[in-house]
Amino acid sequence: MTHEEGLAKLEAKRQSALAGGQGKVRDKHIEAGKLLVRQRLEILFDDGFDFEDGLLAGSERDLPGDGIVTVIGKVNGRDVAVVANDMTVKAGTWGPQALLKFNRMQELALETGIPLLYLVDSAGARIDQQKELFLGRNGWGNIWYNQVQISGRVPQVCVLFGPSPAGAAYVPGLCDLVIMVDKQASAYLGSPRMAKMTIFEDVTEEQMGGARLHCMFSGLGDVLVKNDAEGIEKAKQFLSYLPLNWTENAPSAQATEPNAEAVGKIDTVVPINQNVPYDVHQLIDGLIDEGSFFEVKELYAKEMTVGMARLGGQPVGIVANNSKHKGGVIFSDTSDKAARFIWLCNAYNVPLLFLQDVSGYMIGSSVEKSGIIRHGAKLLSAVCESSVPRICVLVRKAYGGGYLAMSGAPTHPDAMLALPTALPALVGPEAAVNAIHYNRIMELPEEERADFVKQKRDEFAKDIDVYRAAADSFAAEDVLPASRLRDDLIKRFRIYSRRDAKVINRRSAVHPV
Amino acid sequence: MAKFISSTMAGTIWKLELKEGDTFDLGDKVAILESMKMEIPVEADDSGTVLKVLVQEGDVVDEGTHLISFS
Repeated sequence: MTHEEGLAKLEAKRQSALAGGQGKVRDKHIEAGKLLVRQRLEILFDDGFDFEDGLLAGSERDLPGDGIVTVIGKVNGRDVAVVANDMTVKAGTWGPQALLKFNRMQELALETGIPLLYLVDSAGARIDQQKELFLGRNGWGNIWYNQVQISGRVPQVCVLFGPSPAGAAYVPGLCDLVIMVDKQASAYLGSPRMAKMTIFEDVTEEQMGGARLHCMFSGLGDVLVKNDAEGIEKAKQFLSYLPLNWTENAPSAQATEPNAEAVGKIDTVVPINQNVPYDVHQLIDGLIDEGSFFEVKELYAKEMTVGMARLGGQPVGIVANNSKHKGGVIFSDTSDKAARFIWLCNAYNVPLLFLQDVSGYMIGSSVEKSGIIRHGAKLLSAVCESSVPRICVLVRKAYGGGYLAMSGAPTHPDAMLALPTALPALVGPEAAVNAIHYNRIMELPEEERADFVKQKRDEFAKDIDVYRAAADSFAAEDVLPASRLRDDLIKRFRIYSRRDAKVINRRSAVHPV
Repeated sequence: MAKFISSTMAGTIWKLELKEGDTFDLGDKVAILESMKMEIPVEADDSGTVLKVLVQEGDVVDEGTHLISFS
C-alpha cells in the first residue's frame, strides 16, 4: 500500500464513522424532529470540539463509533467532556467498545476536573451481549459506579433526547441535573411491553415514563424543554453557574440590575395577611440580576421554588417557599426537591439563599403514613450539613419545624435577616392557645370560652412580632425592607465567602432517606 | 366518562369558585381550601364545563377528594 492509499483508507474510514448510521433508523430519527448526534454537538460547542476519542471504534464491524461519540470541547469558553449516544447506530445501545469509551470519558473528566455532559438517546444495554457485559468487573455497571465516584467532584448533567430504559434509566437517575425533551424523552425500568406481559398493565410509553411524567410527578426530570436545541441551550446555561469542579469557585458573570418593575413593587409584594398566598417569583425577580433565574423542577412540588440565580454577577442557589401552591407547606416531595438542590449547591460552592414563608411541615395521618418525618429529615439534614455561605431571610411565616428546615438561626446560617412582614413563632396563636390552655378552656362554661380564647390568642399574637421575637433578642442579624435586601445580600455573601468551609471529618453521615 | 378536579391537599372547603354549568380554563380557581392556616386555591389542571359540584363549603376534604366533575 502506498502512502496515498493509506491516507485515503484512513480518510474513508473517518468519513464513514462521522456519517453515523444510515438507512431507515436515521430517516425515522430525522422525521421525528430530532437532531443527529453531531448536530447536537455542533450546537453545544463554541466552535467545534477539541478532540474525539474512539471515532474508529466499531469501524471494522460497520458500527460507527460503536454507537457513541465521546469528545471534549469548549462550552462558553470552558472545557466540557461529553458522552453522546448515536441513536442511528444499533439504537444507541451500549456495546463493548461503547462501554469502554463511556468509561474512559468519565475517568478523564474526573482526572482533569471538568464537567461531564451526557447526551442520552439510547435503547440501553445491548442485550445480545449480556454474557460479556453484565456480570463481570468490566461490565455495564461501571457506568453507574463511575457516576457515583464522580458525584460532587465534577458536575454531571444529562440531556435526555430519547429513551433511556431499564438500567440505563439510572444514568439520569445519578446525574446532578436532568433536562428532558417533551414527547421524545422517556425513562422507565420496565417497558410498556414488559409491563403488559408481567403485571398486565396496559399503558403508553408516555404514560409509563414520558418527560412530562418525570418533570411533573416523579421528580426525575429537572427541566422540561420543547426540542433538542432548547435542551442543549439549557445545559449550557446551567453549567454557567457552576465551577468546573468542586475545588474551584462558582464563576461570576457581568452584574445586571434586577427587573425594574419587580423592584418597584418589592416592598409591597408580600401580603400583610399571613393567610393570603402570593407568588414568591415576584420577590425573587426584585432581588436577582434580571433574567438570571434558572429554575430547577419548576413543575414539581411547586410549593417550593428552587433555582440558580445571580446576585451582582455572583451565582447563588435560591430555596424559597411559594405560598401560591399548597400554601407553601412542606410535604415529602417538597423536602426531597429542596434537599437535593441544597446538596447540589453545596457540592459546587454555590452560596445558598433561603426565602422563608412557611407554616410548617404538612400534618395529618395521610402524610405520616407516607413518611413525612423520614422525608422531611432530608431537608433538615441537607441544610445542617451544608458548608457554603448561607443566608436565611424571614419573609413572612416562620413556624415550627418549617422554620428550622428553611435554615432558621439554630441551623447556623451565616446570617438571618428579616423583612418587616416576618412572623416567627413555634406555632401560631390558634394552635398555641389550644395547646397551652386546652384543659382550662374545657373547664369554662361554654358561653365564656370564646372570650377567653380570643383574649389569650391576642396576648400570644403580640409576641409573634419581628421586633420582639427576632430583632430585640438578636435572633436575626438585621430587620430591613425588601428594597434594601439585594444590596445587603451582595455585601454579606462577599464577606461570608471568605470563611473556610465547615467540612466535618468522617466517612459519611448516615443520611435520612 | 366524566373527569374530575381534585383537592391538592387535606383541609376544609372555604370557598367554592365554580357552579354547575360554569366553564373554566387551565389554571382557573376551582375552590379555596383552608388548610395549615392558609387560604389555598385549588387550580384547574384542565379546562371544561362543570357537570356537578361534588362538595359544599365547610366540607372536610382529603388530598385527592373530587371537588367537581366536568366534561
